[in-house]
Amino acid sequence: MTRAQTDVPNRVNPLVLGIETSCDETGIGIVRGTELLANVISSSMEEHARFGGVVPEVAARAHLEALGPAIRQALADANVGFGDLDAIAVTSGPGLSGALMVGVGAAKALAVSRRLPLYAVNHLVGHVGADLLQGPSESAEEHSPLETPTIALLVSGGHTSLLLVGDLVSDVQLLGETIDDAAGEAFDKVARVLGLAYPGGPRIDMAAANGDPRAIRFPRGLTQPKDMAKNRYNFSFSGLKTAVARWVEQRQDAGEEIPIADVAASFREAVVDVLVGKALAACADLGVPRLLLGGGVVANQRLREIAEQRAAAAGVTLRIPPLALCTDNGAMIASLAAQLIMAGADPSSLDFGADSTLPVTQIQVL
Amino acid sequence: MLLALDTSAGTSVAIVDAGGGIRAERSTDDTMRHAEVIGGFLSDALDEAGVRPTELTAIAVGMGPGPFTGLRVGIAAARVFALGAGVRLLPVISHDAIALDRYEAGFAGRMLLVTDARRRELYWSRYDGLDERGVPRRLDGPGLAKPDALPATEGDSAERVDAHRVPAGALGILAQRMRQHDVPFAADEPLYLRSPDVTLSTRKRVS
Ligand SMILES: [Zn+2]
Repeated sequence: MTRAQTDVPNRVNPLVLGIETSCDETGIGIVRGTELLANVISSSMEEHARFGGVVPEVAARAHLEALGPAIRQALADANVGFGDLDAIAVTSGPGLSGALMVGVGAAKALAVSRRLPLYAVNHLVGHVGADLLQGPSESAEEHSPLETPTIALLVSGGHTSLLLVGDLVSDVQLLGETIDDAAGEAFDKVARVLGLAYPGGPRIDMAAANGDPRAIRFPRGLTQPKDMAKNRYNFSFSGLKTAVARWVEQRQDAGEEIPIADVAASFREAVVDVLVGKALAACADLGVPRLLLGGGVVANQRLREIAEQRAAAAGVTLRIPPLALCTDNGAMIASLAAQLIMAGADPSSLDFGADSTLPVTQIQVL
Repeated sequence: MLLALDTSAGTSVAIVDAGGGIRAERSTDDTMRHAEVIGGFLSDALDEAGVRPTELTAIAVGMGPGPFTGLRVGIAAARVFALGAGVRLLPVISHDAIALDRYEAGFAGRMLLVTDARRRELYWSRYDGLDERGVPRRLDGPGLAKPDALPATEGDSAERVDAHRVPAGALGILAQRMRQHDVPFAADEPLYLRSPDVTLSTRKRVS
């Protein structure tokens, strides 16, 4: 096994550069311990717009072009040089394998060229790690540290996962995940049904603003009593998407106008209801009065609203990192690696690969 | 001292000195494990050559043609290595390195060089030898073709050469020569020679 470096020069407040390329955002972040110094995100979202969803090959090509400029920009933003870094961190998985490989290749090359230790980490656990970062305008006192155990609900176009985080660097369990589409994907697909543009999340949010969320009762996937044994914490959005499409088609066939605002609001309500409902059920079942949200879908206004209302009613403390740290980014990867370093973890070998299905229990790939 | 790498077929990394000597070389023909092996190869080649990254003067990289996923790993690694080491990137057409290797090994005359592009297609380039600077003279290509649509070799007296590896040592030697003789390098862009696969999904009815 080849290692770039056997130990980290600084385990107190390590300066870590993180590389994230698991989906369509090229993220380069720099942190010093829990302090956020740079968070550069280059998205290929616009290139996917005409396809109505992320095209893996298009995303991977964009990562290759964006990496170098993003690294330069991050160093400039953080006002540090390569020589100041203590370690490199990279997402090993889960994600799109061709996209992940670009980041893995780059991270290894950077680690060898600068003789720096390399930490290969889990993307989903990285979303939780984002919450530890304190922004430039925030003092250490203002930033209350993440308390564990906590439930974490991570929702994006690529994943919908419910985690139990006992300890960020040593104990993360998967409670449930989507068995078909990710929630973000469902937003994209329903947006298309309604003739709205990609990405669907913000468009549906906008269209739903003046709609009645109770106008149409769309199905809530995997919430029936029969689902509770096997799928208590799992999600399913493909039935909901089909139900919306069918509802719209029936109106169209009858020559009726489609009440887009009501459909959007009702659909969004169904998604949010299931997400928040299952997350808070996990809090109650497991006696964990803390819930952390992460992932790009957190940008959805209604999700934040409902989560705040219901968490408060349930006596659950809700944490939502700033939006720039919720969407996929390199700072969360650097943050998780910094926590691992501070906890004494050894660097990864240089032999790991991209693992598109890396389980959340594997926080670091050695 | 120059570091050369190529992932357009398998993965190959080499350290080449100013005199054109290969100081270390690590290669595998495995076309599925570029991301896994690249870091160890880089580290091991440097160690074996006894060279520190700060002693390198440039990074030479094969820009393909090559199937996308693997090709990108090497280009990403080379670009970021060059950035980290603060040295120049020298982009080279991977086929040229194979041609140099074959001509130096004694091949004579015209060559139709062919590599695997997957999906029952081939990448090709045509050469007619080395020029006075020792750089392969590419007549045509690189191109992408179905096996039955390759440029004809009859009447051209070209011999078809099927290659499965791009030796980074030869790539480094070629880059060294090009640099010495001011031969222009390839563009710093991957030669995929193929558009991304996208299946444009059309709106389908569900009922
Ligand atoms: Zn994510």
